[in-house]
Amino acid sequence: METEELIIDDSERCVFRYHRTTMTSPDVLELERQRIFDRCWVYLGHESEVEQPGDYRRRNVGGRPVFFVRGQDGGVRVFLNTCPHRGALVCRRDEGNTQVFQCFYHSWTYNLDGELLRRPDEAGYSETVDRTEMSLRPPPRVDNYRGFYFISFNPDIEELPVYLAGATEYLDRIADQSEVGIKVSRGSNRYTVRSNWKLLVENAMDAYHLLPLHITYFDYVTDLVKDIPGGGVIKNWRPGVVRVLGNGHVVQESPGLTGRTVAQWHPVMGEDSKEEIEAIRERLVELHGEERTNQIAGTNHALFIFPNLFINDFLFTILRTFDPTAPDRTDCTAWSLVPKDHSTNLQARRLDNFITFLGPGGLGTPDDSEAVESCQLGYQAGEMAWSDLSRGMHREATTADELTMRVFWREWLGCLLGLDGVETADRTPGSRDG
Amino acid sequence: MQTFESRSLREEVEDFLYEEAALLDEWRLDEWAALFTEDAKYVVPSTDLPEGDPELDLVFINDDIMRLRSRVKRLKSRHAHREYPWSRTRRFITNVRVKETVDGDLAVTANALVYRFRAGQDDPYVGHYEYTLRRVDGELKISYRRATLDHETLSRHGAVSIIF
Repeated sequence: METEELIIDDSERCVFRYHRTTMTSPDVLELERQRIFDRCWVYLGHESEVEQPGDYRRRNVGGRPVFFVRGQDGGVRVFLNTCPHRGALVCRRDEGNTQVFQCFYHSWTYNLDGELLRRPDEAGYSETVDRTEMSLRPPPRVDNYRGFYFISFNPDIEELPVYLAGATEYLDRIADQSEVGIKVSRGSNRYTVRSNWKLLVENAMDAYHLLPLHITYFDYVTDLVKDIPGGGVIKNWRPGVVRVLGNGHVVQESPGLTGRTVAQWHPVMGEDSKEEIEAIRERLVELHGEERTNQIAGTNHALFIFPNLFINDFLFTILRTFDPTAPDRTDCTAWSLVPKDHSTNLQARRLDNFITFLGPGGLGTPDDSEAVESCQLGYQAGEMAWSDLSRGMHREATTADELTMRVFWREWLGCLLGLDGVETADRTPGSRDG
Repeated sequence: MQTFESRSLREEVEDFLYEEAALLDEWRLDEWAALFTEDAKYVVPSTDLPEGDPELDLVFINDDIMRLRSRVKRLKSRHAHREYPWSRTRRFITNVRVKETVDGDLAVTANALVYRFRAGQDDPYVGHYEYTLRRVDGELKISYRRATLDHETLSRHGAVSIIF
């Protein structure tokens, strides 16, 4: 099957389908590694995770072991986690603080800039070889936008803000939640789902499934708010607006029904938080004006940055990445972001709201994992070769339609075909030329 | 005499923990929820931060009694999809240690091995429990239950969809 045949995108009939081999084939995953994860900017981590000089974090990004560290000069550096000498992992803990990195195999020792400081029996090496050849190697490109660090294995990729396109506006809104900055809370949710990574991407941007799949969560929320004035959360639910941001990025914007700590107080949040939340709002208005404050603090955003980063900025803010390890296996990681100057009370509220639904112990995420794993198992039936994402193609699509997923898949196909600047939005039916 | 008393206290606590394990293995979840006090907490920390404080750190589960009851209601419904049809579990609770606290509660620790079988998966959850047990009208009740997993990540289970 040719790559361009993997997707049917017919704006006349309003049909969008992808072939299920995209979810099962090792060859497709290999192509994705080469043309997506090795070619795009991929999310690495947040500056607050390495606050002090010597703080480091290690993780896998796009299937590659890397680590990042705060240098003595305050700069953040990223290195491939492999010893230039013989290949062993140089950083062998997930996080910590250190003066140097020493490879445990032959005790080659590197400073925080990645330079080789010393190795046993230095006289065994000729002086004709430049030591810098033996420095720890950074990925070809490293950059950050407002403290969000990305790396790319494509030396020729456009600058990060250009790549992020319209997504920068929504990262700004999150970064501007506090004048002293935001930080990643301690602790992360790390779990593996037995499905293709794209099933998780779809699930995370799919509002159509919320009520049918997560009925028990909405029952819980209904119980929670039933005695609270203004608590009619579920019946007030309306689909939000989808904005196509370019380069495969997309955001869903909807009103915050149960309030936001930044900064929209709601009776559900309790009287004890009212004063602090209103003060946060007043300060935002002082700094940014009424209109900008409404953008930062007035709506919920579910932001997707192609290929595999989600940031849901709701009452809480969650960062999530989906990293494929096999066609039917995906490592998921989730972190919480909080304004650095939030009181313990508000931090606790955000964390509590996060884990009520999300994460491996939440009332929602296990159902999502079960659903995508179920799709992966269903593919084994064969015969039914195509999955359908046509919902809302015949109208101005809302968050309850499947436009967000079509945006993702159009960019996905563009990457696999090596095309730049693919149009990812729906075409109005009938407007197609020729 | 002291030895005999402390042993009998431990035996009482062990009986309580075995009964709790049986309720969970048999999916008698309403009876399980009735073991908790009204001010109870059920906490499962994240695997990368076993010492996590739910007020400040990201954890997996931090239930008060209302959410714990909702969790039970959900697990009994047909809509907790990762646990419907129900998984089969078998719990092994060992290494039980009991200390009386200054306010008369019991601080209990125990090791736990919970096998879960469902949909072709047969992965164990391994970890330890910290309880605060309180005597209410002569009966032991749980006012705090912290279940800490030893796994580095949830790489095999993907979720804590049962009560661990």
